[in-house]
Amino acid sequence: MTAEPSPQSPWQAATITRIQKRTPRVASFWFQPTRPFAHLAGQHVDIRLTAPDGYQARRSYSIASAPGGGIELAIERLDDGEVSPFFHDVAAVGDEIKLRGPLGGHFIWEESDGGPILLVGGGSGVVPLMAMLRHRTLRNTAVPVALIFSARVWDEVIFRDELIGLDDRRDGFDLVLTLTREPARRPSDYSRRVDARMMAQAVERLPKAPRLAYVCGANAFVSAAADALIGAGVPAGLIRTERYGV
Amino acid sequence: MVTRGFFSGRRPPSDTDTRIPPGQYLEQGFPVLSAGPTPRVRTEDWSFTLKRGPRPLKTWNWAEFNALPQSNMTRDIHCVTAWTKFNTPWQGVMIDDILADAGIQPPTAYTLALSFDGYSTNVPTKDLVTGKAMVALLYEGKPITADHGGPARLLVPHLYFWKSAKWVNGLQFTERDEPGFWELRGYHMYGDPWREQRYSSDP
Repeated sequence: MTAEPSPQSPWQAATITRIQKRTPRVASFWFQPTRPFAHLAGQHVDIRLTAPDGYQARRSYSIASAPGGGIELAIERLDDGEVSPFFHDVAAVGDEIKLRGPLGGHFIWEESDGGPILLVGGGSGVVPLMAMLRHRTLRNTAVPVALIFSARVWDEVIFRDELIGLDDRRDGFDLVLTLTREPARRPSDYSRRVDARMMAQAVERLPKAPRLAYVCGANAFVSAAADALIGAGVPAGLIRTERYGV
Repeated sequence: MVTRGFFSGRRPPSDTDTRIPPGQYLEQGFPVLSAGPTPRVRTEDWSFTLKRGPRPLKTWNWAEFNALPQSNMTRDIHCVTAWTKFNTPWQGVMIDDILADAGIQPPTAYTLALSFDGYSTNVPTKDLVTGKAMVALLYEGKPITADHGGPARLLVPHLYFWKSAKWVNGLQFTERDEPGFWELRGYHMYGDPWREQRYSSDP
């Protein structure tokens, strides 16, 4: 069931119900919207903060939770940001935040889209990919998925325990971590920036060529990863990207 | 409703805030956004075509297009992801001059801008003519880089910037207002930043 935005305002109040630290710089925030809505894996919401003088700041955040799993946003603290420091330094359980969504109709994966699927995430770019993985798990589908997740260090691998737990199921999901500033910790992992050879090896681990590839992260990461996928033979038309930052 | 504990924010300087549309913040950098990988279009492979529906009206190659009258536009640009950037300097060919070179008046009230990567976006024809829009070839005096839409991108600075199609390779005049790529995926048909027309449910 999708609640239509009211004709007056598409914004609604949502209450923070839970906060969990994920990594030194990332925390998850769960929201209970006044008018609950159904989202698709990969979609985002817009968040709006209002200061006493009326000044408003808004940002988009991807939803980390699977459809039906509430609204979890995993927000990275950007020291020069104006919205993420509020969440990390001020926001508390019980606070009301204005929220709008779900939004976005391109960077989404539904079970009917099929697979195999190649997911490539850099840093907090893993968030919408996590929603896709969780959706796959909840739906109990056999769609083959590989996730190549680039983080600077082991302690900045968002959702690390959950991802390794999913990998250990050996149910058609393959996790490939690549750490850019530390040695690899697991035999299947890498310790370098993403490149075409890494992508080609990920493609080889899939039972057949990917049907779709999703790349999310900071702009420079997405550019490099998308070029690496093309270098590994993945057709450009199958690659969907979501970028943030300068 | 005021958000508890939100005071600071990144307020624009007071002498500029009338240039920032509602819900936008001032950005000094130039963020890159796109739905897919960055196509690398070589100028020797580049062409630009005016079409009415499926029927081509005129096509220019890179050299022919660069020989058209060049104009400058320095404008504030507004991305739907909420950043605004002031004073971006572009050089290119006004849509008016493209139409003049083709020897035509705008044949229909609606236009789809088309791109090399299959992207499209709709703009009312009146928003493209009378000095409002160009096909930009240079940014800050230099060829537009591929990640910002080079070799050529549409520039319709008074609308949200997704309307300024990157890697543009043609304009297609249409009888009806036909949604483009993002407009089919939840974004607004017109996209006026001053009326905050971000998503299809916005008035």
